[in-house]
Amino acid sequence: MFTAALLPLAFLVWEGFTDDLGANPIEEVELRTGRWALRFIAITLAVTPLRRLTGWNEVIKYRRMLGLFAFFYATLHLIAFIGLDMFFDVGDIVEDIVKHPYITIGMATWLLLLPLAITSTKGWVRRLGGKRWNRLHQLIYVAAITGTIHYLWAVKKDTFLPLVYLGIIGALLAWRLWAWLARRRARAPRPPAAIS
Amino acid sequence: MLMKRRPDIPSSEITDERIYVDRRKFLATGSLLGVAAATGALPGCLKASPSEGEADDKLTPYKDVTTYNNYYEFGTGKEDPAENAGSFRTSPWSVTVEGLVKRPAVYNLEDILRPVTQQERIYRLRCVEGWSMVIPWMGFPLSAFISRVEPTSQAKFVEFTTLHDPRRMPGQRRPVLDWPYTEGLRLDEAMHPLTILATGLYGRALPNQNGAPLRLVVPWKYGFKSIKGIVKIRFTDRQPATAWNKAAPSEYGFYSNVNPEVDHPRWSQSKERRIGEFLRRRTLMFNGYGDQVARMYAGMDLRRNY
Repeated sequence: MFTAALLPLAFLVWEGFTDDLGANPIEEVELRTGRWALRFIAITLAVTPLRRLTGWNEVIKYRRMLGLFAFFYATLHLIAFIGLDMFFDVGDIVEDIVKHPYITIGMATWLLLLPLAITSTKGWVRRLGGKRWNRLHQLIYVAAITGTIHYLWAVKKDTFLPLVYLGIIGALLAWRLWAWLARRRARAPRPPAAIS
Repeated sequence: MLMKRRPDIPSSEITDERIYVDRRKFLATGSLLGVAAATGALPGCLKASPSEGEADDKLTPYKDVTTYNNYYEFGTGKEDPAENAGSFRTSPWSVTVEGLVKRPAVYNLEDILRPVTQQERIYRLRCVEGWSMVIPWMGFPLSAFISRVEPTSQAKFVEFTTLHDPRRMPGQRRPVLDWPYTEGLRLDEAMHPLTILATGLYGRALPNQNGAPLRLVVPWKYGFKSIKGIVKIRFTDRQPATAWNKAAPSEYGFYSNVNPEVDHPRWSQSKERRIGEFLRRRTLMFNGYGDQVARMYAGMDLRRNY
């Protein structure tokens, strides 16, 4: 699975060397790394529903790696923006982040993913305690939404594809809401318990 | 600094004095790019010598010009038009001329082209999305055709319409824009000698994905003003509605002159990426054609009339 997750990058590098990324390769690199970041966020969010619905428990073993790949592609996306597109022009980068909402929200998305990547180790789970760690990692729900909005706002007019992403991520989050409400209802007679 | 004149600059390649001056100013500001280029740290990326500024505007390769297109009638991806427009038939083709004009009629394309002399015009094309190209068009001044059909004295604007035929233009099967695509110019803009109707590029017939058989080219305006696949030209006394303006009025104005000072609400317009180049370049006022066109907008607030 690790190798499979690196394939999109391998294709990108290969096509980069063979000059197959079209007339505007920098834009193509940004588009592809961004889409793969969103796809890996969606795949990561699919792990728990998949496990609950199929009883395939081993799948949880891959969740951390999938989440880290989301961060990996998001980081490549950010590097492509800073290093290729803007060529480290700090003034322009800051202006873009401050003035243009789709870039602001994109930057915010990466910052939301950063602490999750840092605290992804076993040591950090221990240090934070399972409950607090879980709570922190719910930030991926926010990042999934802001990341998709970033894509939606970046598009000029044809919003079909961003809306497909929004639909998929919306469904994965709606399932959690539904599961949470169902759990709460099951405990209804007792006073409301902490949410995990 | 050694300044060598290049002997073989086509007369149609318009790079005026003002750009040289701008380039000097650009270097003088000591910006990162300027310094890097002046010290030779970025060979080939940006020429420091102003005289070579003209060589800077080198033609965008034919392959890029014909595979990286915004022509939503054939799909919204950049490579969609090249993939989907191959079988599009452009013959027979006619253009309806109507409105405030003395000779309204349906003109066959052959009839439109017979009296005009095709000329090559090398123009910069700046897309509102922040990329640009340099394209050697074949075409003729729109003014030649307008004079022939004789607009009346009430005519103040010209409206252009693209073919609407979802069977032949698969992109029109989805309501991405309010089909058919329409565009418009003030009559003086339409009569301006830089404004051409193009029928070819690189000395060949216009490829379908570039707007065959007849498209507008207005080099000082963002690319979407240069409407493709024209089937109707209407003369009117009122500013016509235009496709992108209807789609997002706050983002795309009627004038849409290239203007580095006025940002698109969602992105900056101060720089652009020339297709084939790595570093972004500064966008020039009126796409560098200010000397020829700025006077048409004298006294106008270009921030409001974006």
